[in-house]
Amino acid sequence: MHEASRGLSRRAALKLAAAAGLAGIVTVHPGRRVFAAADQSLDLAVERTRITIDGETSGAISIGGSIPAPTLRWREGQEVVVHVTNRLDEATSVHWHGLLLQGVMDGAPGFNGYRPIGPGETYTYRFKLRQAGTYWYHSHSASQEQEGMYGAIVIEPAGRDPVRTDRDYVVLLSDHTPEAPESVLRKLKVSEGYYNNGRRTLVDFFRDARRDGLGAAMDDRLAWGEMRMDATDLADVTGYRFLVNGKGPKDNWTALCDPGERVRLRVVNGSAMSIFDVRIPGLSMTVVAADGQNVVPVKVDEFRIGVGETYDVVVMPTGDKPFTFFAEPIDRTGFARATLASREGMEGEIPERRPRAILTMEDMAMAHGGMDHGSMDHRTMDPGSMDHGSMPGMDHGAMQGMDHGAAARPERAVGWADAGTPPGAKALSYADLKSFSKARDLREPSHEIEIQLTGMMSRYIWTLNGRKFDEGAAIRVAYGDRIRIRFVNTTMMAHPMHLHGMFVELENGQTDRMPRKHVVLVPPGQVTTVQLTADEPGEWPLHCHLLYHMASGMMTRFIVEPRTASL
Amino acid sequence: MTKTSLRTAALAAGSVLLALSAVPSRVAAQEHGGPGDADQAEQFHEEPPILSTLLVDRLEHRWRDGENSIDWEVQGWIGGDTNKVRLNAEGSKPVEGGVEEAEFQLLYSRMTSEFWDVQAGIRHDVRPRPQTTYGVVGFEGVAPYFFDVTAQLFVSEDGDFSARLEAEYDLLITQKLVLQPVAEVNVSAQRVRELHVGPGFNDVELGLRLRYEVVREFAPYIGVNWERKLGETADIARDHGEDPSDLSFVTGVRFWF
Repeated sequence: MHEASRGLSRRAALKLAAAAGLAGIVTVHPGRRVFAAADQSLDLAVERTRITIDGETSGAISIGGSIPAPTLRWREGQEVVVHVTNRLDEATSVHWHGLLLQGVMDGAPGFNGYRPIGPGETYTYRFKLRQAGTYWYHSHSASQEQEGMYGAIVIEPAGRDPVRTDRDYVVLLSDHTPEAPESVLRKLKVSEGYYNNGRRTLVDFFRDARRDGLGAAMDDRLAWGEMRMDATDLADVTGYRFLVNGKGPKDNWTALCDPGERVRLRVVNGSAMSIFDVRIPGLSMTVVAADGQNVVPVKVDEFRIGVGETYDVVVMPTGDKPFTFFAEPIDRTGFARATLASREGMEGEIPERRPRAILTMEDMAMAHGGMDHGSMDHRTMDPGSMDHGSMPGMDHGAMQGMDHGAAARPERAVGWADAGTPPGAKALSYADLKSFSKARDLREPSHEIEIQLTGMMSRYIWTLNGRKFDEGAAIRVAYGDRIRIRFVNTTMMAHPMHLHGMFVELENGQTDRMPRKHVVLVPPGQVTTVQLTADEPGEWPLHCHLLYHMASGMMTRFIVEPRTASL
Repeated sequence: MTKTSLRTAALAAGSVLLALSAVPSRVAAQEHGGPGDADQAEQFHEEPPILSTLLVDRLEHRWRDGENSIDWEVQGWIGGDTNKVRLNAEGSKPVEGGVEEAEFQLLYSRMTSEFWDVQAGIRHDVRPRPQTTYGVVGFEGVAPYFFDVTAQLFVSEDGDFSARLEAEYDLLITQKLVLQPVAEVNVSAQRVRELHVGPGFNDVELGLRLRYEVVREFAPYIGVNWERKLGETADIARDHGEDPSDLSFVTGVRFWF
């Protein structure tokens, strides 16, 4: 078994941290090719393999011999060298998601002079770790990520970790389909609703008419019909098995821990297409880091995790009984499950499945409601609170946090943001995230870039500012600039927007402690704004992390240009 | 038109369409990307490879008072997001006997908006005799409220104008049980004696099919189909001893890959 399943004891973690202190002595200038001896070097081969999930076997691609790929445990300040050998008959690449590094080491083909690794070739990545936290790595070529090319990265801080725990586990969520990714994309292109088995039917219509009245049900259908959109379009692909550390619900990956221990779960969403709602019934979770960056601890009962995001949570199981880690994709077509228990073989209860949400006109507000984007003050558009409080159509009289209207209509979830959270339970909202450390750059952004998240959903074409990757102009900013980016989602799907090479700071109502993120999940029909100090020169991909959205064109170049003398 | 000249025309039309389809994307790459950007894009995700699909929308047995028949309607395309080459075919034959009607269309189809494609190309009717070749322009797409609409204008090799409008709708009763109403009208600008049509509305066809999608790609169905010839076209039919109105029960299969 790979390292992911092995908990790191507190003593071992402290030892690692001490070693990291020594490693930090080697100074390397980023932005320049370095040949200094590395602290650690490893070989990873990419090869075709088979994966067995819950007893069923299908084709897959592995890095480093397993799916997920081995968890790479490194230390801040260390220089790492990774030799990636391609044993496929097609080009491949490995991208270090969330890591700050020189562009050519980022591993995105076509960017920063990085060339894909041809069949039989070996590419050597070499970079110094300038950060600590939970990250991950995956293929950035074609749809290889969908086929199993993903693994977690854990970087211990050079100094003392403010988060003290007894156990430390990676919980890597992913989705796997036995179908060839090319075939999935073709089906989406030929028949966009191919995988949607939750479309609204005549039977649903009569049920709604009985409950809401014939007129209301008819108006609702006509409104969606007029837009030629589908209120049940939550996820594009079904037929997935949902995995925890490569294991299906029956395989039941288990994290061992004793009652009373503090357990750190490093939750990574390494899915191709699935956004999850995560909870551990009976245990509250304390979120201590988001996208690898420490945040002021916040206690929650559940959280939603977009594709590419990571959340570190600390839990403290009490009593000698198993707890179920439960992650449902937002279209509720299945679940990923793991167990926290004191010994292997224990199983907790599988909780009741949550209802699948129906999108509302409010989810479309920004795109079609005739609102003027330009005149909106971004400061009032705090994305966390927008998830719920500001939705005009919802009954949210006594709502607190994400504990919203579900109580009024227990049989169904209404609106993208409605995870079906039971009354009284606390779901993490982006507004809750507060950076553990103060921001280094407190300048007000000098200019603003609007990026519209666009698409022709009925044709399965996904775009930024209405243009596919091969058609659109690059976004150019000057090195050192302070910029605000407004993501305006004009579609009815959520898009986890990922910028390589840099962190963005989410404008979520915090002032000097905005959370630093590498993926920002932009809800349908909403605006999310981030700030950014453009201090990593290069040509970075900026894209939706839903794999088939990116493959269909939802990507652009974000170029940080060196300042010229004239500036 | 002779067979040889027809083949030449079809080939010429085909190559013009393919050339047309290649040009716009190349121009786009040059306009928007810097030097080398297009090459780099090719290494990565961009326009997905050329895709193709074939839909046998209707392949059915029609049961009626008189002679039962086998009817078909097939649509296929090959291409990318913006440019496609389409092949449409439809026809009918009595269960016992040769093909009575058979039509083929080869069209260049270009996306003009989220929901609409404009199309141009040729149509060739093998039956009824005499064989006729037409130029076609039209559009196809999804109208508000999810009506699938096809509108085509034809000009025959003899200079006769006609048009066809078709609309269909998928009503989901359950996730797998789909009721599909279909309506089609044909119009002619003039009398075409050898094809037995008069000026104005020639005919109207209404269908209602209930299909069960065993899987998305395969759905058997049952239904009813009603056709009515109109105006002078109906008179011509009567003169030939035919009933201008035709009601049939259908059973068939829809599949695609």
